[in-house]
Amino acid sequence: MQGALIPPHLARLLRHAARHRKGLVWGVVCVACANLISLAQPQVLRFAVDDLYRGVTAAKLGRYALMLFAIAVVAGLFKYAMRQSIIAISRQLEYDLRNELFAHLQKQPVEYFQRNRTGEIMSIATNDMSAVRMMLGPGLMYTVNTVTVGVVAIAFMVAISPRLTLYSLLPLPIVSLSVWWFGDRIHRRFEQVQARFAGLSALVQENLAGLRVVRAFTSERSEVERFDEINDDYQRRNVDLIQTAGVFQPSLAFFAGLGALLALWLGGREVVLGRITLGQFVAFTVYLGMLNWPMIALGWVINVFQRGSASFQRIVTILDTPPAISNEPGATTLTQVRGELEFRNLTFTYPGAARPALAGVSFRVAAGSTVALVGRTGSGKSTVLQLLPRVFDPPPGSVFLDGTDVRALDLDWLRSQLAVVPQEAFLFSASVSENIAYGVEGEDPAAIRRAAELAHLLRDVEGFSDGLETRVGERGITLSGGQKQRAAIARAVLRPVPILLLDDCLSSVDTHTEEAILGGLRGEMRRRTTLLVSHRVSTVREADLILVFEDGSIVERGRHEELLRLAGRYAALSRAQQLEEEIEAT
Amino acid sequence: MSTETSDELARSYDHQLMRRLATYLRPYRVQVVLAMIVTLAEAAAQLAFPYLTKEAIDLGIRHRDLYQLDRIAILFLVALLAAFGLGYLQAQIMQRVGQGIMRDLRTAIFRHLQRLPVAFYDRNPIGRLMTRVTSDVDVLNEMFTAGIDAVFSDLFMLIGIIVAMSQLNVELLLVTFSTLPLILLVTLVFRAKVRAVFREVRTRLARLNSFLNENLSGMSTVQMLGRQARNLAQFREVNAGHRDANLRANTYHAVFFPTLELVSAIALSLIVWYGGRQVMWTGITLGTLVAFIQYTQRFFRPISDLSEKYGILQQAMASSERIFALLDTPADPAAVTLDPAPEPFTPDTVSRGLSVEFDHVWFASQGEHWVLEDVSFRVDAGEKVALVGATGSGKTTLTSLLLRFYAPQRGVIRVDGRPIQEWEPEALRRRFGLVLQDVLLFSGTIESNLRLGDASIGRGRLEQATREVHADAFLARLPGGMEAKVRERGSTYSAGEKQLLSFARAMAREPELLILDEATSSVDTHTERLIQAALKRLMLGRTSLVIAHRLSTIQDVDRIVVLHHGRVREVGTHATLMAAKGLYHRLYQLQYMGGRPLQAAPSSS
Repeated sequence: MQGALIPPHLARLLRHAARHRKGLVWGVVCVACANLISLAQPQVLRFAVDDLYRGVTAAKLGRYALMLFAIAVVAGLFKYAMRQSIIAISRQLEYDLRNELFAHLQKQPVEYFQRNRTGEIMSIATNDMSAVRMMLGPGLMYTVNTVTVGVVAIAFMVAISPRLTLYSLLPLPIVSLSVWWFGDRIHRRFEQVQARFAGLSALVQENLAGLRVVRAFTSERSEVERFDEINDDYQRRNVDLIQTAGVFQPSLAFFAGLGALLALWLGGREVVLGRITLGQFVAFTVYLGMLNWPMIALGWVINVFQRGSASFQRIVTILDTPPAISNEPGATTLTQVRGELEFRNLTFTYPGAARPALAGVSFRVAAGSTVALVGRTGSGKSTVLQLLPRVFDPPPGSVFLDGTDVRALDLDWLRSQLAVVPQEAFLFSASVSENIAYGVEGEDPAAIRRAAELAHLLRDVEGFSDGLETRVGERGITLSGGQKQRAAIARAVLRPVPILLLDDCLSSVDTHTEEAILGGLRGEMRRRTTLLVSHRVSTVREADLILVFEDGSIVERGRHEELLRLAGRYAALSRAQQLEEEIEAT
Repeated sequence: MSTETSDELARSYDHQLMRRLATYLRPYRVQVVLAMIVTLAEAAAQLAFPYLTKEAIDLGIRHRDLYQLDRIAILFLVALLAAFGLGYLQAQIMQRVGQGIMRDLRTAIFRHLQRLPVAFYDRNPIGRLMTRVTSDVDVLNEMFTAGIDAVFSDLFMLIGIIVAMSQLNVELLLVTFSTLPLILLVTLVFRAKVRAVFREVRTRLARLNSFLNENLSGMSTVQMLGRQARNLAQFREVNAGHRDANLRANTYHAVFFPTLELVSAIALSLIVWYGGRQVMWTGITLGTLVAFIQYTQRFFRPISDLSEKYGILQQAMASSERIFALLDTPADPAAVTLDPAPEPFTPDTVSRGLSVEFDHVWFASQGEHWVLEDVSFRVDAGEKVALVGATGSGKTTLTSLLLRFYAPQRGVIRVDGRPIQEWEPEALRRRFGLVLQDVLLFSGTIESNLRLGDASIGRGRLEQATREVHADAFLARLPGGMEAKVRERGSTYSAGEKQLLSFARAMAREPELLILDEATSSVDTHTERLIQAALKRLMLGRTSLVIAHRLSTIQDVDRIVVLHHGRVREVGTHATLMAAKGLYHRLYQLQYMGGRPLQAAPSSS
């Protein structure tokens, strides 16, 4: 193989495969052996037929029969070994590559997953992986198969009659070509069908999502018409596909049959003219029959390689995208973290956004103190909480932990110093206790219980069938929004870290419960530096410092009483919430 | 014993499903019969090849008769062409039939979806319903095209081969058949093993997918909690499970295919050994022997194919079961009839507005939690009434009941004095104009979104409606005007533009009762002024039930109904309710002076 002929990304695939060099070589040897041995079968038939023609003993016939059987046994053993090596290795390669992909994805920041849809990444991790495996497994197997059968069978045929070989092989390349040609056409028409299918799905999706409008405006009939139209079009495209795909199988059979016809007709003449024996004729036709499948496989293999190569390219694209947020050269860790935070003239714009989310934000958080951030949705308070753990990277020299720029810190270490409770708690399909202990090594049941109690989750959970061991379903679907939030709080409480970030994490629980949870958390908050984002005045009242955000800037700052006296935005918010409580109470 | 009976039950159940599926075949019965005939003819052509080979050897080659050889070669070519043509024809007919049935099924499902109660959609996520129309139907397609047809084709082949072989030599046929139990045994064992292992492969793949999906969506949480290493280890485990299940499947394949070839080799050996002796002693011809070898090879393929088809059938049964369960879900009594198309709707010429009356209405969506408790109030013809209340007080539920999206458990809702159940659903809804808070635009054009399928609305009427709600200025700026494209969910239009469009949409129908859920999204001052003017025009001379958020709207209405926790708490005008300093007074303060910007309530209008 010449390096220049191989695209660089495939050369990389070969390096992957090289790890299984021994197994692959053994597999290829097995394919070759299995085929070579099978190719002896027509020779046995040839001698048997010639002997029959001349007269033969029963014992000799028995020997021929035994030989045919023995050939099948030995070839069968090699075929078994061939699948067990090549196909098994292709599965192993798929496994390795998928692990590599997953490990790489784990390094990508949040922004990456916002840019690339989960569905697309999933499709690469499954469909494209599968296409690559097809190329390395069955693709490789049938390539070797085609080459050995092709070379050896043709050699035997030429030995019988070169002229006859030439004539009868004429249709075979057409078979390969048509497999390749049709395979490509079919694939393209198939993609057309898929596009129509996507349109059909979109329509149904839209119709069901807009159900109430459709019903209220009595548009059902016209919706059915719209659906019928695209449904008919989808069907028409499918028929188009069938028209092409339907020629494929019969024409394969036709070309293969044409070869057989030529062998029968021309070969028959050769026998009549005495140029070859009847046994040679029979062997020849069997060889020709043996070539059919490899020729079909050849066209198929080309398509498998084309698709596998494109798929691998997509995988490589992911693997070669370096994480946008990673350790800077010389990243360090700190010993003895006090938990003092500083935001120094912080201005930040989200990637792709036109306006900055934060502009010139400065404040300090003394170790062990609690700072609350209030303001309307989109005012920038959550952004502050995202920049500290470098979910998005703040500009250098703007966010500091114990006087060190967070960008100079080791990423994993930095995050290991924080406990974050996000707005939307994400639970995994595991038990409640596993979810609470998700962020700590070694699960201590007593500590988990205490954390659940502190977050006021325990009483809810004890009502479940298996208590803390109850499984919560995908994304915690079996829990209410408030229960999920409390599970996330328990998760944070369990983490023995100096800094606590609470991002509006009690929005789904009622005021009364919130009060109770906060009461329990106060002890925790006193021991840790806490940044607290909230909409509710009752939540932030006790904070050491309250920052009011508007349009990415701090517009008011001070303690609760100071801000009330200021009679500004915070005071208005406070009054509105009082009213709300009164209305609720009536 | 019990498994046997449950198997039997399952079988009779499968038969029921099959019978029901067969009804979808009925419109295509001519094509199906034709396809069967063609399949039969194709099988015959396929079977001619070994026979012609025999004739070529016996008559042509061994008798050194070149004329015979040429003649047989021509016959061979004819058979080849016939097999090609018939094979193509058969595939075309069956696949088209399959596609036709799929279209019919999808249409039936979609039509039924248009008639299911709204409450059904509260229980069933859209994604799951989508699979009914898409993948479940596709699985059936595979059965109708690849499955049924191939089964017949394989059966014809098998029968044909047996007939042909028995014509040639019965003794040799019996010798060949002695390997049949072996084939059946191998196939049956393999089928059972493979079915189990493939079920595991599918489970492992599903687990891999859900693990991946969960980790990709929750990546941020994973990273914040520093779980990468442990999750990678978990992923390796899940990934290894998937690999190992596939390796087991591969082992079965690695054993099965060579074993099948071995059995076929045994048959070949037997033919050579036994047939060879017959050639010597009883004088069957060499051609017969060769033909036999070829028939034997053709015999094994359909047998292994048939077992594969069984798997397809199983899947199809599961899919059809789900589809029929959906089709059997009873339709909404308030559903509009889809066919035959009724005569075009003609609104009453004297539009005087409808009266609406809620008479002790109770409603609980699921279980016994009352969303509305004993709600009673009247809206007289031409009157404008605002519904006010905190989130969750039941305002939207009231309008949903009026539209007959749900039915109240107790109490009666009357429109023009008639209980709404007695109205023909279409006649009722056709008199309503609905404006929702979140304007939903469908992909298509501006015109199709205004018209929403109502062909009876003239172009002139549409244009007039857009002028009346002041949407004409923004429409004029769009390339193509009324023909301008609307993408999915109308993502290219601003919130204000969408609101104006939804006003025009309601206006074009000249409704007698307007149900309006005001949007809360903030828009620029200019658009806000347009919206307010449009609202006034829209409500002019119409009975209006408004979930109001704008001060100007509230001040304009004749009466305000204050809902709280599903009950009517206060009724009156803005002035009287403010003076009463009750619930309304506090809600008003909260909405217009508290957390919300005051600019939403303009000083003058």
